[in-house]
Amino acid sequence: MTAPAGLLAALREIVGSERCLSRREELLPWECDGLTLHGSLPSAVVLPRDTHEVARIVRACRRFDTPFVPRGAGTGLSGGAIALDGGVVIECAKLDRILAIDGANRLAVVQPGVVNAALSQAVRPHGLFYAPDPSSQMACTIGGNVAENAGGPHTLKYGTTTNHVLALELVLPDGERLRLGSATGWSPGVDLVGVVVGSEGTVGIVTEVTVRLTPLPEATETLLVLFADVVSACRAVGAVITSGLVPAAMEIVDRRTIDAVEASVYAAGLPRDAGAVLLVELDGPAEALPPQIERIRALCAVEGARVQRARDDAERERFWRARKGAFGAMGRLAPDLYVHDAVVPRSRLPEVLARVGEICDRHRLRLSNVFHAGDGNLHPNISFDRRDADELARVVAAGREILEACVAVGGVISGEHGIGTEKRDFMGLVFSADDLEAQHRLRAAFDPDGVCNPGKILPTPRFCVEANPKARGYDHVPL
Amino acid sequence: MRQLFEGADPAVSGAAAPGGAIPEGPLAAIYAGTLDCVHCGLCLSSCPTYRETGRELSSPRGRVHLMRAVAEGRIEFGATLAEEAYLCLGCRACETACPSGVRFGRLLEETRAAVEHAGLRRGFARRLERFALRRVIPNRRRLRLAVDALAWLQRLRLDRAALAWLPRRLAAPLALAPRVPPRAARRPLPWRTRPVMDLAVASQSDVMRTHRASVPKPPRGRVLLFTGCVMSELFGDVHHATARVLAANGFEVVVPHSQVCCGALQAHAGDAAFARELLRINLEAFAGARADAIVVNSAGCGAALREAGDWLPGEGDALARRIRDPLELLDEVGLRPPAGSMHARACYDDPCHLVHGQRIREAPRRVLRNVPGLELVEHEDPTSCCGAAGIYNLTHPEMSDAILERKLRTLAAADPDLILSGNPGCLMQLRAGSRRLGLRAEVLHPMTVLDRAYRNQES
Ligand SMILES: Cc1cc2nc3c(=O)[nH]c(=O)nc-3n(C[C@H](O)[C@H](O)[C@H](O)COP(=O)(O)OP(=O)(O)OC[C@H]3O[C@@H](n4cnc5c(N)ncnc54)[C@H](O)[C@@H]3O)c2cc1C
Ligand code: SF4
Ligand code: SF4
Repeated sequence: MTAPAGLLAALREIVGSERCLSRREELLPWECDGLTLHGSLPSAVVLPRDTHEVARIVRACRRFDTPFVPRGAGTGLSGGAIALDGGVVIECAKLDRILAIDGANRLAVVQPGVVNAALSQAVRPHGLFYAPDPSSQMACTIGGNVAENAGGPHTLKYGTTTNHVLALELVLPDGERLRLGSATGWSPGVDLVGVVVGSEGTVGIVTEVTVRLTPLPEATETLLVLFADVVSACRAVGAVITSGLVPAAMEIVDRRTIDAVEASVYAAGLPRDAGAVLLVELDGPAEALPPQIERIRALCAVEGARVQRARDDAERERFWRARKGAFGAMGRLAPDLYVHDAVVPRSRLPEVLARVGEICDRHRLRLSNVFHAGDGNLHPNISFDRRDADELARVVAAGREILEACVAVGGVISGEHGIGTEKRDFMGLVFSADDLEAQHRLRAAFDPDGVCNPGKILPTPRFCVEANPKARGYDHVPL
Repeated sequence: MRQLFEGADPAVSGAAAPGGAIPEGPLAAIYAGTLDCVHCGLCLSSCPTYRETGRELSSPRGRVHLMRAVAEGRIEFGATLAEEAYLCLGCRACETACPSGVRFGRLLEETRAAVEHAGLRRGFARRLERFALRRVIPNRRRLRLAVDALAWLQRLRLDRAALAWLPRRLAAPLALAPRVPPRAARRPLPWRTRPVMDLAVASQSDVMRTHRASVPKPPRGRVLLFTGCVMSELFGDVHHATARVLAANGFEVVVPHSQVCCGALQAHAGDAAFARELLRINLEAFAGARADAIVVNSAGCGAALREAGDWLPGEGDALARRIRDPLELLDEVGLRPPAGSMHARACYDDPCHLVHGQRIREAPRRVLRNVPGLELVEHEDPTSCCGAAGIYNLTHPEMSDAILERKLRTLAAADPDLILSGNPGCLMQLRAGSRRLGLRAEVLHPMTVLDRAYRNQES
């Protein structure tokens, strides 16, 4: 779908022609995000450089009745940043300034396009870091993190993005600017910041974020625990949590993933003979760590595991880089990767993993697992080739069965990657029609006309279609 | 919405459906290479052109996406990919970031060759570039004439005058050109430099004489020195320094005289055929001599020669295995610590084609840390491109300047006396940049610093 000519002229007037693209060949790279299952070409891409431009862009889109989608680095894994319905992509990557670092109050004010890792790097000299650390942190943006309520390995101890956003500025779908929350972290009334975090770009465009910073721990220890298989590693994770210890992170990497990572630029010398490795990070006061290490050693020994300790910071960093490069490394197995995301009660992890294995075997799919075990947040990764229609169908079928299996044990359909287009039509697995309608109404309070990232998260309910036939201006996700 | 790529949009191309036929001709190799990309996006923030523009289109992932779409016939092979193929610096930072092993540098060369093949680049600038790359750069006599001419311009200060009235495209090369070194530094190396058997002989230091004189060091072997094209003319002093430092470390250094330009610049400009011709000549030049390694002190040439197997499988691979960066070699065999010292605060800025192209990051730092008096300080982002990228600073001056400025800001923040980089293009770019921004640091090749330390010239 092409953008109305008047809209393009208006957008060019706001940002200049360099920062407004509209030819099909130029737009193609924006047709998908980290999820290559779904694609949709935007009608234009604009790159604002300040909040004022964002507001003007939004108003121009409204004038020409065209929906719009904010986008960060496009590392999202649920189709959140693609434009349905001939929408305009508002690319926030160049809103990339750190506006203030306040060491005394442990906070920073940033624009949404600031890269997650760049923020942590910038505040390091102040003895601080930004705790949410998605594995994509070297590329993904704070805006995208806010929209997806991103987590990461260290979520286990430090929480997800929502625990670290104090205040934000939003350009609403009508072009108005709105400030929510307060730098103190306390704001009376309904927690509207909490509504925006995790809203996947459907309630407006975040243009400024005030984040909480965390003091760097005095000491950090990273353990590499070698197990015979993934299931015994899961049992050990359960035992550690039950014991009352709170490690900063507990991540499981299975054999197939180890092989792929070790073949890549992120090779860290992970043992090739282990069925699975568990990365455990402990941090805190230096004298507190040795006894914790001993307890973990003992708990893992029950499962017959061997424990190694990262010798120094360099080795620790290599381990983490390997962990974080793991998804990408799977590209060595096949052209595409479907990174699944679901959460189950931790105690059910072993049985769910076994079930996921069965499902993939039945569908003749290549499965690997690398996940935030401490949180019960699993990421079954399925390698495939999107050019093979039959395999594609099996991937989609297996994806659905995996979610059903998770829900069956009391789990939910997403841990941190969001719903987007990917799981929109599965919302019914966990929410009743009433629940969904309540969510619709909340969203409509921000975006009554459904123009801001339409077609995401919520399945289109009947009453919406009746009220606004345009809401069906796209096809359903072919699942 | 649709599942991605279920079919080409007939309205646009009508070409082969992506799910079906695999393309033929120059696009086939490109297509295969693009399949390595899983679209994870981890490469984005390492890409200078993405960081400058924020455009997915100008990112590694976006470029691979376009290449694939063209190969699949979803879009026509047209101006957009051609422009992106040349807006890309070829710095290969994306390869260092990519967990999936996408060989971006290779893909880029193939795409540029296809762009040339399809006649998507035309005009005077391209013809001039091709003339320079085919006729001048690889021809020792013509290159020498050109450099002589430049020397005269500089001596008569005509270059300054020319800068004022020449259009920017033509003025840029003059502004960037380094001062042509005096004749003495441009004299060719002797075909052979004997190894220094005993370190103390090379040094004038009393301390060293008393401590080391009694311990003669055996020669460590023989190496061949690759001299390249521009390096010899504009950075001949670096060659001399390299030979002296290697000799001081017990190597006999031989310079095969029939060697020619490595072909990297031509291949980067999409002229793969000509690059292959040059490689054939070099294969012959280096085949005869028995030696332990071929030392290449220009990162760009080294990266190209290490990938000679891509151009000529078999023979090329054999040559590639013998290539060493001098700092890598010294790190491997263990540097004989210089007698003299070099009291300075230095920033080592990784040449892209060493750190990303040849994956050599720590070796130069380890070697430099052994130079007495040299204090190595890390600046922010040492592995990102300086914007030189071969002739990029001439073809894309605005982008190149923006990238250079970012680089110089981080360097200025570390306030070094010396900026070290082992690649001629980077040396020129960083020199021109620091001159413009008034940085006080001297920009040197690491081998020059080692040489000064051996010669005990305090600076
Ligand atoms: C290799 C890899 C590893 C990953 N690991 C993790 C992980 O450990 N934990 C995790 O949580 N996620 C992970 N992800 C998923 C992804 O990185 C996160 O969802 C991330 O937060 C997305 O950020 P982005 O900048 O790429 O956003 P995008 O993908 O560009 O956008 C994501 C969503 O945010 C919205 N959005 C973007 N900018 C704004 C804005 N300014 N205002 C409002 N909405 C906006 C978009 O509309 C979209 O809905 C991983 C992805 C990859 C590829
Ligand atoms: S080679 Fe450099 S400029 Fe080109 S895509 Fe890779 S990182 Fe970007
Ligand atoms: S890092 Fe590699 S696999 Fe990931 S998007 Fe970039 S090129 Fe593709």
